[in-house]
Amino acid sequence: MLVETHYVRFDQLALDCGETIGPVDVAYETWGELNADKSNAILILHALSGDAHAAGISRETGKPGWWDNMIGPGKGFDTSKYFVICSNVLGGCRGTSGPSSINPVTGRPYALAFPVITIADMVRLQKMLIDYLGIPKLLAVAGGSMGGMQALQWAVEYPDSVAAAIPIATTARHSAQQIAFNEVGRQAIMADPDWNGGNYYDGKPPARGLAIARMIGHITYMSDESMREKFGRRLRQKEKYGFDFSVDFEVESYLRYRGTQFVDRFDANSYLYITKALDYFDLSNGKPSLAAAMERATARFLVISFTSDWLYPSYQSLEIVNALRSHNRDVAYCELASNYGHDAFLVEVGEQTEVVRGFLASTFREKG
Amino acid sequence: MATLTKISKPKGPSVREVLGRSDYAIIGELILPRTKVLDLGCGDGELLQWLSENKEVDGRGIEINGAKVQRAIARGVSVYQGDIDQGLEDYPDQAFDYVILSQTLQETRQPLKVLSEMLRVGRHAVVAFPNFGHWSVRLAHLFSGRSPKTKLFPYEWYDSPNIHFLTVRDFESLAKKEGWVVERRIFLAGRRGITFLPNLMAEVAVFLIRKRSEGSRELD
Repeated sequence: MLVETHYVRFDQLALDCGETIGPVDVAYETWGELNADKSNAILILHALSGDAHAAGISRETGKPGWWDNMIGPGKGFDTSKYFVICSNVLGGCRGTSGPSSINPVTGRPYALAFPVITIADMVRLQKMLIDYLGIPKLLAVAGGSMGGMQALQWAVEYPDSVAAAIPIATTARHSAQQIAFNEVGRQAIMADPDWNGGNYYDGKPPARGLAIARMIGHITYMSDESMREKFGRRLRQKEKYGFDFSVDFEVESYLRYRGTQFVDRFDANSYLYITKALDYFDLSNGKPSLAAAMERATARFLVISFTSDWLYPSYQSLEIVNALRSHNRDVAYCELASNYGHDAFLVEVGEQTEVVRGFLASTFREKG
Repeated sequence: MATLTKISKPKGPSVREVLGRSDYAIIGELILPRTKVLDLGCGDGELLQWLSENKEVDGRGIEINGAKVQRAIARGVSVYQGDIDQGLEDYPDQAFDYVILSQTLQETRQPLKVLSEMLRVGRHAVVAFPNFGHWSVRLAHLFSGRSPKTKLFPYEWYDSPNIHFLTVRDFESLAKKEGWVVERRIFLAGRRGITFLPNLMAEVAVFLIRKRSEGSRELD
């Protein structure tokens, strides 16, 4: 199934920080057909390093989408029944406006002149896209990790525009530990001399810093058990220790590979902006409690967490569920068993597929 | 609970079955259409699905077993994976018309707390439980001198999920002590509904209860 990325330009977008930017481009892809009464649309929301290419084979790159195992005909998000949309987030580097986009004032990339953005800003831009596509109410918003935060934000900000929300492996507020890991990643980028205060678009990007940030990220996405299974203490193409600082272990080789590979497809400044948006995310901010903050959310909910996910542990999903239950909202919650850690929502999709499929089908019967 | 579905063949007028269970049929009759229902220990959600399809109820469930929760969600029932001993705390008062506890009371750590919570979050509670006062239990205990092991209570003492045994009479006296109004009481022996000597003859008891309304003196 070949898919093409589409682009749409909006004049301007007002941001939480008080600034307004414009024009703003949005890259998006769609799968399946919108039905006559426009009631079968699902918005998929991507995580930190994702993009609009969630499923199918990209016409431009020939690569499968990042959630191709969940989206497609007969899959969890069944594109023979539903019209599925995914867009690159604001601040990203895969077609939607971000720090690497051209600043109309200077004619050069924004770099750090790009305003600091929030999850709510990302969602505001997505709402403009959904309005542009002529969809009055989404059947569902769904995503894992940062995608789950956007799903929560959608449900709270636009309760009349979403019938159901599926936040997976996520939180309603970033914890100190989550902020800490992001800060180490940002420091790695900013400590790279090639970062140059964010102005590197004419020269070498801060590849070493961004690679280290990605290596840290990957450690937090796995679990002790999955790393033990995948690498153990196995040595990389050698029988004995090298007694030097070249690669000894498989796990070192894997992290280095993942780090350098990331540099080719991701912008270091986008990494700074998006991790900052994650850290600012707190639905309860300015409210007496999370329950109070979630009172506006009237959608049906399916909340999913994974047993071995220590980056977004189940207790954070339970906070969401309990806040919703305090308003007697329609919420289903399950903790799926997996060894894959936070990555589970991307790789361990068998059980996830079954619950998502059933949840969507019943939502479509009742509200579609 | 699997064993309860295999209760002896009926000899008298039998109760209709729902999903192979007579206690489900009774519960199905007690619950009025188009109400809000919470099912505690709802398993894979088959009763809630039946109630939703046949009585148009707006149903929710709580279940601890992850595999059952997944099956329930996959069939479209909104189930929360959690423990019913703690699981009701977050619901507001009177959030439901009915809260169902079927064949699980004897497995809870704090039965009275669970029952009180049921009557806080629900206007009515439907409680079905196996009767420890049944003659077969009494005989098994009397003649074997060991923890009774019967068709109703088929487990060895060391692997039984049942931790609080109760009889029909125990439940009646608790209801009186707590001031609950027993709206309906239905007793089953196999698939037969019975009225005679329920504490001795009933295998399963189903009670529909509610809190006594403020300031009123009602007879139960």
